[in-house]
Amino acid sequence: MAIPRFWREIQSRYNLIGTKCGSCGKVDFPPRAVCPTCGRRSVGKMQRIQLAGKGAVVTYTVIHDAPAQFEMQKPYVMAIVQMEEGVRLTSQLIDVKPEHVKIGMKVQATFRKLGQEGEAGVIHYGYKFRPMA
Amino acid sequence: MRDVAVIGVGETEFGELWDRSFRDLGIEAGLKAIQDAKLRSEDIDAVYIGNMSAGKFIDQEHVSALVADYAGLADMHLPTVRVEGGGACGAIALLQARLAIASGMHDIVVVGGAEKMTDVGEVQAAEILSSTADQEWETVFGATFAGLYAMMARRHMYEYGTTREQMAAVAVKNHKNGALNPEAQFQKEITIETVLQAPWVAEPLGLFDCAPLSDGAAAVVLCEMQKARKFTDTPIRIAGSGQASDFLALHDRRDLTMMDATVVAGKRAFAEARLNPKDVQVAEVHDNFTISEILAIEDLRFVEKGKGGPATADGLTALNGKISVNTSGGLKARGQPVGATGVAQAVEIVRQLRGQGGKRQVVGARRGLTHTLGGTGATAVVHIFERGD
Repeated sequence: MAIPRFWREIQSRYNLIGTKCGSCGKVDFPPRAVCPTCGRRSVGKMQRIQLAGKGAVVTYTVIHDAPAQFEMQKPYVMAIVQMEEGVRLTSQLIDVKPEHVKIGMKVQATFRKLGQEGEAGVIHYGYKFRPMA
Repeated sequence: MRDVAVIGVGETEFGELWDRSFRDLGIEAGLKAIQDAKLRSEDIDAVYIGNMSAGKFIDQEHVSALVADYAGLADMHLPTVRVEGGGACGAIALLQARLAIASGMHDIVVVGGAEKMTDVGEVQAAEILSSTADQEWETVFGATFAGLYAMMARRHMYEYGTTREQMAAVAVKNHKNGALNPEAQFQKEITIETVLQAPWVAEPLGLFDCAPLSDGAAAVVLCEMQKARKFTDTPIRIAGSGQASDFLALHDRRDLTMMDATVVAGKRAFAEARLNPKDVQVAEVHDNFTISEILAIEDLRFVEKGKGGPATADGLTALNGKISVNTSGGLKARGQPVGATGVAQAVEIVRQLRGQGGKRQVVGARRGLTHTLGGTGATAVVHIFERGD
């Protein structure tokens, strides 16, 4: 992924910045300019919000056929996590054996290396999730 | 709107066709469809092409003009259109061509779908398929296309008790149908054990839960209904079409165990056709993964929500079952050249409704349906076809 393309999204990938609709109060992640529920009424009313980083596993998979970028990590767990704020996101689950992952399991965000541009390239950081302490 | 009918169909074999190029495939399918319709080149008003990602797979864009050119149509200076919409591109091209005729702008349009996927390696091809998901918020974190469908499967198992054996039954059925299709990539029957013992791709999906990477093309000739009767005694009328979109990323969808885009596209198509799911005898649905067919038959209301797994295991969707699903072998066994998918599905339905299904003919088929997905369900297209005689 090109450096500016990753850099543009750093705020959300590092700090879980989303938006809250000033009209209905629904939280979105990543930030949206228009609320999917309120449409035009929400334009200009989307407020930035930082997610608390806590949530629960809605569904998950163990990836065995991985993209080149993730080859060294396989098998690894990917999950859809429902955050306390109501919004869902997709993330890796770490610090847990695949066979111990369960739907409904409480998890929290943690800051990790996501990938790298080639062998000596720029490192991409962002969130992964681990079981809640 | 004017009525539109299919008057010609053609397709290449599907598979790893090392010796055939993108243009070879597109032209073979197109010429077969034109021959089937008994058209002259001068009769054609426009060419529409469904193609997902020639730019990434073969480093060639502008493939609509390319295919028309090598089909010998360059001197006619026809309008050519290439449609992109993930895996649904062929079905969208068909819909757009139908609209062009229904509007009165054109009378006869050739619709092609083509993809050449094996010029790149398997890992790269899988990454290209993943690019129809959200690259910024899904795949960058390590999600794969199969992984996203695996998460739908896991949730469906959790909520409805769907089993791996029931999902495997989709692959077994489609391979059985594929064995009756001389154009299919896999013409070999498999067992439940084959599916269950295959290596994992993304749990709970194994290798045999996934459709293959393929090269191939398909084409249909669409014609205004009055004119269609001059070309054929069995025009196949497009009775209804529906297209719908949804959140691009799977995690944003309302319900992970169903595809709202399929539900809405299906309702729109059935409403236009003034028909119900029970009026359809044969359907080609988007089985890029085994779970996808289970979701599709539920979301199209062929079976009750949550009952797709048991229905498949019980043979309701087998050849000449309650409704025959994926008689061609589906994406799983016939093959999955992505851009060709929606058009190839239409080719199969037309063959079935004409009574040209050969060993896999559905007895008494008068109406058929195609269902095609883009991405993980951010686009869905449904077409309903019926005999026009």
